[in-house]
Amino acid sequence: MHPWLPNSSPKVEEKILRSIGVEGVEELFRDIPADIVLKRPLQVGFGKPLSESEVARLVERLLSKNRVFMDPPPFMGGGVCAHHVPSLVAEIVRRSEFYTAYTPYQAEISQGLLQALFEYQSLMADLVDMDVVNASMYDMSTAVAESFLMAARVTGRSRILVPATMNPQHYEVARTIVEAKGVKLVKVGYDRETGMMSLDELSSKLSGEVAAVYVENPGYLGFFEENIEAISDAAHSRGALLIAGFEPLSLGLVKPPGAYGADIAVAEGQPLGLGMNYGGPLLGIFAVRWDRRLVRQMPGRLIGMTESLEGERGFAMILQTREQHIRREKATSNITTNEALAAIAAAVYLSLLGRSGIVRLAETIMLRAGYAAKRLSEIPGVEAPAFGSRHFKEFAVRFPCRYRELHKHLMEHGVLGGHYLGEEFPELGEAALFCVTEVHSKRDIDLLAEKVAEYVGGGA
Amino acid sequence: MWRQARWSEPLIYELGAPGRMGFLVPDDSDIVEALGGDRDSLLEQLIPGQLRRESPPPLPEVSEVEVARHYTRLSQMSYGVDNGPVPLGSCTMKYNPKIAEQLVADPRIAMLHPLQDEETVQGLLEILYTLERWLAEITGMDRCSLQPPAGASGELTGTLMIRKYHVDRGEEHRVEMLVPDSAHGTNPASAAMAGFRVVRIPTDEGGEVDMEALRAALSDQTAGMMLTNPNTLGVFESRILEISGLVHEAGGIMYYDGANLNGILGVARPGDMGFDIVHINIHKTFAAPHGGGGPGAGPVCAKGEMVDYLPRPLLEYDGEKYYWDYSCEKCIGRVRAFHGNIVPLVKAFIYIASLGPQGLRKIAEQAVLNTNYFISLMKGVENYELPYDPSKPRKHEVVYSAKPLTEKKGVTAEDVAKNLLDAGLYAPTIYFPLIVEEALMIEFTDTETAENIERYAETLRRIAAMEPEEAKKAPRNTSVGRLDLVRANHPATVTPSYRVYRRRAAGEKLRL
Repeated sequence: MHPWLPNSSPKVEEKILRSIGVEGVEELFRDIPADIVLKRPLQVGFGKPLSESEVARLVERLLSKNRVFMDPPPFMGGGVCAHHVPSLVAEIVRRSEFYTAYTPYQAEISQGLLQALFEYQSLMADLVDMDVVNASMYDMSTAVAESFLMAARVTGRSRILVPATMNPQHYEVARTIVEAKGVKLVKVGYDRETGMMSLDELSSKLSGEVAAVYVENPGYLGFFEENIEAISDAAHSRGALLIAGFEPLSLGLVKPPGAYGADIAVAEGQPLGLGMNYGGPLLGIFAVRWDRRLVRQMPGRLIGMTESLEGERGFAMILQTREQHIRREKATSNITTNEALAAIAAAVYLSLLGRSGIVRLAETIMLRAGYAAKRLSEIPGVEAPAFGSRHFKEFAVRFPCRYRELHKHLMEHGVLGGHYLGEEFPELGEAALFCVTEVHSKRDIDLLAEKVAEYVGGGA
Repeated sequence: MWRQARWSEPLIYELGAPGRMGFLVPDDSDIVEALGGDRDSLLEQLIPGQLRRESPPPLPEVSEVEVARHYTRLSQMSYGVDNGPVPLGSCTMKYNPKIAEQLVADPRIAMLHPLQDEETVQGLLEILYTLERWLAEITGMDRCSLQPPAGASGELTGTLMIRKYHVDRGEEHRVEMLVPDSAHGTNPASAAMAGFRVVRIPTDEGGEVDMEALRAALSDQTAGMMLTNPNTLGVFESRILEISGLVHEAGGIMYYDGANLNGILGVARPGDMGFDIVHINIHKTFAAPHGGGGPGAGPVCAKGEMVDYLPRPLLEYDGEKYYWDYSCEKCIGRVRAFHGNIVPLVKAFIYIASLGPQGLRKIAEQAVLNTNYFISLMKGVENYELPYDPSKPRKHEVVYSAKPLTEKKGVTAEDVAKNLLDAGLYAPTIYFPLIVEEALMIEFTDTETAENIERYAETLRRIAAMEPEEAKKAPRNTSVGRLDLVRANHPATVTPSYRVYRRRAAGEKLRL
């Protein structure tokens, strides 16, 4: 008898066997050919079932081998950053009515879950200034890939222009996923000073074959794409869509995708109360303008507000004819399981922040990151930001020494530094991507600068 | 009588008062002072006017306690496995052990950055590496990628691997993916996403792949076949070795949809059935919660030369340390940023460690016993039929048809579902698989009690005996009555966000 298997008590099992009319459970597997029946126990686990206390000890022993950076929190960027997770967010996603539920196929018994997801869509729609947000994608990389496929379906064209400074992992995921559908990614170069997309190269590559122009604002390397309106106009003038990658917290201060004409907007929702968790689960944000041909081609689940037949307010999954369980091979995407619980976390997070909180939070992140860049740039030979002038929380820093050695030095002093960029962007030299947020105090930033100065100045 | 909470809870936008907030942003006056300026002019330098948002986003203004109560009340109007049985067929909604939930809520996981140095995450990598070995053993495969974040993502990964394999061999003409008509909808959707043409293989009278149709469909255009075994009828494909032999002979690759793995854990392995690629639904078979729709995890395992095509990086161990190997000669690339949905994967590790080999096999036995117990209780219950050779034992799930009930009384599978809700029991998966009319697809899993299985059968009997007018009135005990889905989807009334609601309220004629 195991506590998770209520019918494994011999008495109950006996009753069940009798009702079925078999002697033993093996009879129920009689249709499995003998050749493929496994004749030995699986070699998994630790030879026997482990009790709660044993498994807790096991996990403790393993996790104690990890090294966590709490004080100060990691300064590492690269698409995931250290942010505070409000205690209430953690509490709500541990409500087991939410986390043990399935996708709300039966709407009437799932109203709370549906309303929470509708609120996520609504809060996000207000943040991006666009009307329709789906109930989540896996992460930003897959949201980017799906936005490219969607643009190809909507326009009937097959080329996507992307910034050469694009998040390299997102590029790789998108390429892996879209190539099979004959969609090609074409990189547009950037200005070596500002990092921004080269408008000349954009206009020369913006042919009638282009389905969409993708921009990141802020970009992977942290800086704002200040020509975003010109890029948007250029894309639209050639009948291409504008797909905007954004950072959700920046939108407390920064012009949202809806205000510069984005047709699709995508982002990573990790900052909105998810924690880092070694990169998963994440939350793919996916928004589109109010336009029939866009919404009908959108991937993923949508929740809508409606009424019961008796006229009470209610919520249900809508426009399901886009989805695989109805349309099979003609569906807009195969996505089924998404990141619903992460979307609920984001809804709670944005509710807590509210109208003034999001502005204040964006401001403090910008001030702290600005202060960190300033402190680092004061160290002789260090360029921060190495690229462009205006950035949100992430920024590239170029060092006059081998970054990997410096990184080791920082770790020896309890500081997790930036993400080394030498492999992804060798043209940047010995650079690393840092991320500074609301969790980094002045003292943390001063410690980082001090340890960098110590190493750089030490003539390493 | 069962009754669900019915709070008429307002939207979060309809709560609160001007100026309230639920998040204290840390004070930054020391930073402002160190930067030497006043806050506004510093911000003006950091983010000039033309890049700025014109007005703050119209988010709600609520305090922490209001947010706590609001989402607590919404949770009370939700229904999961902790509320009662959720026997959704093919979803494997089993109990989610609390020890796993508790152990993963640890800063030594939560605070790990995905790009931090391997030497600082050895404990986590050991967990993931061990889990990978276990999953390979359970499925009879050689290696697994933990990257895909969901089952459908695993399917796309697998179909992209099959595509690349054929392209590498100069066989681009292999553009057809065989998919049974009983398959999960994700199979054809994933195959289409990977650029394949889907060829539907019918089901024979015994509820298995129609062998004649399969033979006729195979050609030099066959790229592979996607199959779940046991299939969605709960029937084991007893000719699986013949099927995989034929597909291999034709030059195709066998893909195993792992959604139904729960019924054969430790009893039979896809690798021994001739499958080359397998995906696993961690949030089904290995008890990570479904989260109201996600996150899940969908590792993909492969054997033989298909291992070369798995997404990279793969996790390696050199005898001293664990590390990610990024080398990619034939691999398809990457299907998600970073390394996968780590938290559900760690829960699967905890689950397998807790049950051990004996426990895993016991899961399959219990799941199959529960299905067949239910079938035994349904014998003699009128107005439901068990299509496709009722003499065959079902495995993880069973599909009934409410067609007799619909024909006699006009009470449909949907009506049956809504009446089950009224009894405090979650409905089965309905109208699926598509080959069964008025389908009720039921999977109790290994964790449902005999008493609830009895109650389920009894409730179905009672529903079949109801007056049709009564049956059509359900549900009445849920948070809301039956919803107007026409209104929900109509171009003039479809409301996917509060913003659209506000715009309509302000007089805009918004149509989709």
